[in-house]
Amino acid sequence: MIHKTSPEVGGMGHSIKRKEDLRFIQGKGNYVDDVRLPGMVYGQLVRSPYAHARLKSVNTDKAKKLPGVLAVITGEDLAKANLAWMPTLSYDKQMVLATGKVLFQSQEVAFVVAEDRYIAADAAELVEVEYEELPVLVDPHKALDPDAPLLREDREQKNNHIFHWEVGDRQATEQVFEKAPVKASVHAFFPRCHPAPLETCGCVADFNRATGRLTVYMTSQAPHAHRTVFALVGGIPENNIRVVSPDIGGGFGNKVPVYPGYVCAIVASLTLGLPVKWIETRSENLQSTGFARDYHMTAEIAADRDGKMQALRVKTLADHGAFNAAAQPTKFPAGLFSICTGSYEYPNAFCEVDGVYTNKAPGGIAYRCSFRVTEAAYLIERVVDVLALELKMDPAELRRKNFIPAAKFPYKSSLGWTYDSGNYEAAMNLALEKIGYRQLRAEQAEKRKKGELMGIGISSFTEIVGAGPAHTFDILGIKMFDSCEIRVHPTGKAMARMGTKSQGQGHETTYAQIVAQELGIPAADVTIEEGDTDTAPYGLGTYASRSTPTSGAATAIAARKIRDKAKKIAAYLLECNENDLEWEPGKFYVKGAPTKAKTIQEIAFAAYTNIPPGLEAGLEAVDYYDPPNLTFPFGTYVCVVDIDKGTGEVKVRRFVAVDDCGNIINPMIVEGQIHGGLTEGLGIAFMQQIDYDESGNVQGGSFMDYLLPTAVETPHWETGKTCTPSPHHPFGAKGVGESPNVGSPAAFVNAVVDALSHLGVKHIDMPITPAKVWKVLQEKGVAA
Amino acid sequence: MAKTAEQMVRVTVNGRERQASLEPRLLLVHFIREVLQLTGTHVGCDTSHCGACTVLLNGKTVKSCTMFAVQADGGEVLTVEGLSANGQLHPLQEGFKEEHGLQCGFCTPGMLMSSYALLRNNPRPSEEEIRWGISGNLCRCTGYQNIVSAVLYAAAKMAKDKTVPVEMAEVGGTR
Amino acid sequence: MIPPAFEYLRPKTIPEAVAFLKQYGDDAKILSGGQSLIPMMKLRIARPSYLIDINRISGLSYIKEEAGFLKIGGLSREADLEASALIRSKYPIILDTAHVIADPQVRNLATIAGNLAHGDPANDHPATMLALGAQIVATGPAGERIIPIEEFFLSVFSTALKPGEILTEIRIPIPPAHSGGAYLKLERKVGDFATAAVAAQVTLDGNGAVQKAGIGLTNVGPTPIKARKAEEFLRGKKVDEANARQAGQLAAEEAQPSSDLRGPAEYKRGLVKELARRALSRAAERAEA
Repeated sequence: MIHKTSPEVGGMGHSIKRKEDLRFIQGKGNYVDDVRLPGMVYGQLVRSPYAHARLKSVNTDKAKKLPGVLAVITGEDLAKANLAWMPTLSYDKQMVLATGKVLFQSQEVAFVVAEDRYIAADAAELVEVEYEELPVLVDPHKALDPDAPLLREDREQKNNHIFHWEVGDRQATEQVFEKAPVKASVHAFFPRCHPAPLETCGCVADFNRATGRLTVYMTSQAPHAHRTVFALVGGIPENNIRVVSPDIGGGFGNKVPVYPGYVCAIVASLTLGLPVKWIETRSENLQSTGFARDYHMTAEIAADRDGKMQALRVKTLADHGAFNAAAQPTKFPAGLFSICTGSYEYPNAFCEVDGVYTNKAPGGIAYRCSFRVTEAAYLIERVVDVLALELKMDPAELRRKNFIPAAKFPYKSSLGWTYDSGNYEAAMNLALEKIGYRQLRAEQAEKRKKGELMGIGISSFTEIVGAGPAHTFDILGIKMFDSCEIRVHPTGKAMARMGTKSQGQGHETTYAQIVAQELGIPAADVTIEEGDTDTAPYGLGTYASRSTPTSGAATAIAARKIRDKAKKIAAYLLECNENDLEWEPGKFYVKGAPTKAKTIQEIAFAAYTNIPPGLEAGLEAVDYYDPPNLTFPFGTYVCVVDIDKGTGEVKVRRFVAVDDCGNIINPMIVEGQIHGGLTEGLGIAFMQQIDYDESGNVQGGSFMDYLLPTAVETPHWETGKTCTPSPHHPFGAKGVGESPNVGSPAAFVNAVVDALSHLGVKHIDMPITPAKVWKVLQEKGVAA
Repeated sequence: MAKTAEQMVRVTVNGRERQASLEPRLLLVHFIREVLQLTGTHVGCDTSHCGACTVLLNGKTVKSCTMFAVQADGGEVLTVEGLSANGQLHPLQEGFKEEHGLQCGFCTPGMLMSSYALLRNNPRPSEEEIRWGISGNLCRCTGYQNIVSAVLYAAAKMAKDKTVPVEMAEVGGTR
Repeated sequence: MIPPAFEYLRPKTIPEAVAFLKQYGDDAKILSGGQSLIPMMKLRIARPSYLIDINRISGLSYIKEEAGFLKIGGLSREADLEASALIRSKYPIILDTAHVIADPQVRNLATIAGNLAHGDPANDHPATMLALGAQIVATGPAGERIIPIEEFFLSVFSTALKPGEILTEIRIPIPPAHSGGAYLKLERKVGDFATAAVAAQVTLDGNGAVQKAGIGLTNVGPTPIKARKAEEFLRGKKVDEANARQAGQLAAEEAQPSSDLRGPAEYKRGLVKELARRALSRAAERAEA
């Protein structure tokens, strides 16, 4: 069904080299901090050192007097324009600059604007703020206690409870648990961590008084949505706002929310009539922008004695920090967490999540999470391993016994998702074969006799991406379609624009390959543009692995609309009936007379020079794609670890990742995504946490203590694939960018626990530091 | 805060002599990015951990965010913009493209400079030596694996094609 | 991210540098590698009004053996130690140490002198110098004086350098034949400070028993720690499994770790015990080679 194009055309399946690389390898990328405009000035935020305090006064006199300072904006100033608060992407609101009180350490209190960033830094120190400390709440388990400090005085509801959400059948599930002969449970904490893309967030806000237009260059994964938000919040006509996302140095969800710095820069630019640049520091990025996870989860499985799972029960406490600034579809306050049934058949399931406020930075959805799928996949893969231990069953065999069989797709889970396609056993078999599972188990048995510790961890994850169908999905009311507009020029080259926005995923190459596949125009002849809201069609942006499922689909559909018109032109040029024509990538030819053909380039030329009567000139199309369903990529990861009994260090000896994302556009790019996500998962599993002490002081608020793996810690990743196309996607593809982050933490943790399970260890919370492992070894009496 | 006396700084950057009167506290990275307008060198952190700002000073890699521009006075700086000669890509740049050693591109200039220095001191590095050689450069996108392949590609190419200049003085640069 | 303003001075000689230090006192800081100082200035924790850049002073960069000592100049960089054939062949404990400091870029600028003079118990060379019984040469207004390493580290960020003094040379007595040393560091990731680290240097007699042992501990107290009891215990004994273990136990008891983001105190103590055992075994192996 999918014609293979030649390497010169470079359609689906070709690992063509990336078109965007040329500028990056020469240092000619154009990131936000590279933007320089005449008269540009610099902004810097002043931030609260306290986690919870009344704001008594903000004195800006000294700061304003510093030579080179143009303005100092406070919450009071913004309040006059009704801008001290702004809506979040979760229908909560968040302070832009504090008024009345501050709610987390590093919260934004004032914004200084100066001629250069050095003066801005000096001026920020001169802003005098008086605080009166209030009791601090950092333990989410205490957030709903009657004597807990009340954080959000602005809400009608006077407590720290944000939401309760549940799905599934509570009663039916409980009944199964009451009767179940076998039960396993785990309490798993997914620590607060942070995506930390290498480029921090920032913008240049440029209000042009002469034209009345506001241009905002910003690190935005969703430029159109941001434009609409700015219009609604700022009261600026949307046609007078242009958002430009230039090159972005990594996003991973960090660049989806609207941050106070952007709003302050815009206000400053509107006030001064000058371009205002705001670029946050790394510490600001880690301490105030959208964190990830912070889910306290309990999962229980009820099963038969032979290991067949009958019910799943999940309860989660979600710590959202001071404001619910998580970016997620409206109907899903816990994102797509209800994918927690994973790859298994559960006749009964029930899941509930409660969100609470604490004195911590706001957020929750980020770090390649697919909207909380990372939390869900981690939880189910952990509890399945705990069940395997309980049953004394091999964890691969337990999974095999309970996988949704390939024949049952599309499969409706008892928590409401219709999985489009899957073949979990095939992926697992391939992974086990590649890692040499049987030999490893034999080796482990031998090593255990000698007191050596090695472990094998399996994670057979299913995830859910490509949000999403209009009937269920919207963010702030905007439906989650996405778009593509293609224009073919007379000389047969093309340009296409989409509503998504790459932050390194290679869209300039992969989208061109989709066009190449559908039209036979070489990918090298197709220019792809994203990110400029003046020219790109409206879209919801790139995150949650949605680009290929949504804009990728739109690209194919738009290309097919062009092909339909091209067929008409070809029929006209070949003086035959459309029905007499066959297509192969790049040309239409007459059935049975293949030399009577017209290439797409000839057709394009004719579209401008020899237009069939009754047809409009030109060769272009636009498509806004409403996906009929999400897509469900999956895979099995297997990790082998060895533990140093003297130090507690865990060494990843091998890691095999088998992924299935359906039909692949560019295998090289997909493999690169897997490498990157696995490395993020490694960091999460072993070394990353943003924590707070009891006074709300952040721990891990800089790269000194928030640890990113270097090339030395990162092992060699072995990848493989199976291919189970999505039946509803125009070219059978699914998203894949987040799968490695979704699937790998459980593989790492399962491996460590597996290394220690014979000593009675069932679970260790992340990050699994050498100190934690050492403590376990001491407790079990097996330390060196 | 009173302004301190500015200092005259003369540096050869990518083969071209530059001079400016600067505040002593101006970080070398800001001198490169803002005064010289060479924005290929990036800032990724504020605690000297990430290496995105790596350039060569007098033949050795340094984190340009952890030096003052005045310290480079009289010296020679090589940035990523100086890697290609006469419009021809350096084998390392070619390697990064051929082996998919970059995704968002933000760490890439720093990686190129560290790899460049590594290959000068060790033209035939093992995979382990490459990983140690780039241990001062963080990447969030690639997981490092293809970066290692890119450096191996370049090492092989440079060994084969001995006419490729490796000494900094011979690298022309574009600005 | 942006340091406060300062006046920049670039002396051409040590006496000129010393004069500046004397003139500006507490308001001035020496800038050599700057890899510890500049990050502190960028965080605005350190705020010197005067920065005295000594990097252009000639004659301070050398690694040589002379008059019974290995002498390392005050401006010798970590990278110089890594590249030195002398260090690589005869002083692997120093190579071990240099190699685990920060990362390649930092090592190109960071000086071993600065690593000692900064007085940070988390730095790596102090423990190694304690194990080697080094001497610090300080040059100040009153001229040169020698400070034995055991008297050099006073408390956190505080050394025996007097106001106006610059650390201009490190002297290590050339170890006799049948000597060997090793430095083992456990860090959360490459580039981090030690969760704990141990430097072990031994000299063995003709029978393979320890004639002299030096053991230094990194980042498990307010200063680097010389594990004297462990050193004493080893005298006259072979470095076998049991003795190495016992020495490690003693060293662990001499450590004074605090719980922090790198780990709980008891873990650090356990690490000292284990790393000391391993470092001593490696040192003994090298001594016998």
